[in-house]
Amino acid sequence: MVTNAASFGRSGVHDYILLRASAVILACYTIFLVGFIACSAPLTFDIWNGLFSSLPMKVFTLITLVALLIHAWIGVWQVLTDYVKHTALRGVLQFTFVVIAFNYLASGIVIVWGV
Amino acid sequence: MKLTFSLYRYNPDVDTKPYMKDFTLEVPDGSDMMVLDALIKLKEQDPTLAFRRSCREGVCGSDGVNMNGKNGLACITPLSTFKGKKIEIRPLPGMPVVRDLVVDLTQFYKQYEKIKPYLINDEKAPVREHLQSPEERAHLDGLYECIMCACCSTACPSFWWNPDKFIGPSGLLHAYRFLIDSRDTATEERLSELDDAYSVFRCHGIMNCVDVCPKGLNPTKAIGHIKSMLLKRAV
Repeated sequence: MVTNAASFGRSGVHDYILLRASAVILACYTIFLVGFIACSAPLTFDIWNGLFSSLPMKVFTLITLVALLIHAWIGVWQVLTDYVKHTALRGVLQFTFVVIAFNYLASGIVIVWGV
Repeated sequence: MKLTFSLYRYNPDVDTKPYMKDFTLEVPDGSDMMVLDALIKLKEQDPTLAFRRSCREGVCGSDGVNMNGKNGLACITPLSTFKGKKIEIRPLPGMPVVRDLVVDLTQFYKQYEKIKPYLINDEKAPVREHLQSPEERAHLDGLYECIMCACCSTACPSFWWNPDKFIGPSGLLHAYRFLIDSRDTATEERLSELDDAYSVFRCHGIMNCVDVCPKGLNPTKAIGHIKSMLLKRAV
């Protein structure tokens, strides 16, 4: 058995489930937003502001941001372990990408809950 | 008809780096031959050309090579497949080259060894033999036929990048062959050995293995079954 410490999940199965579950959430959010924009033409600032002012939309967005963090973490780990063989460099890159992903999450929370 | 071949040449004792060498071969109009037959004729032109072959009928799996970018067995690939175009023959990708078209498959066999490719049964031995129903035996169809030519594993990017950690399509096809065998009692141990982030889950289902398998097998489907077994065991 091959062990791994830098991935998000604790095993291959865990990563596999998390990747797919987060992908479903991201797909639902994307479809909803595209559908909303298509059905709300002409889209004004008031409509957009109203959408993100509602609690369900804020929670949905927050869940999506967390899903994005998990999805990106596992995906980047898989790509880096494929292509970057130098352990120290891979560690630095993984750290950088994870920090960026957390930045997206933190920024998203502040922006969405500030509406 | 005059056919042009471009063959990968590398003799580590003489060459500092690999190079491609062009050959021409006269093939009578209206006739066809297999790539292996062409290679044997080209070896008459240049006896230093090295390649593996044995049964010359797609059973032993010795002559896996990369022909115009696609892995396959030279002995069952007709020259007519290439429609008169220049035929570029290279060794199986991703493996260390021993010489010319001969690659070192040690890593491939190490992964095969990992999956314990033999029946494990800790029950009391039957008087004559382990019996299987026709239905139980049918589960092995599409799995046992693998000849281990390595065409699939060497066409798989996941195996190229992690040949020491990812079992590869061929090894996993064999792993499923024993996981699904009604006579095998080591299912749990076998799954435990595969339950990590690399051994099985490095397969992203791009199906290169299915595309190149000279026996028409479907390793991706077998890997999907293993993933399902691991999932059922975990949730």
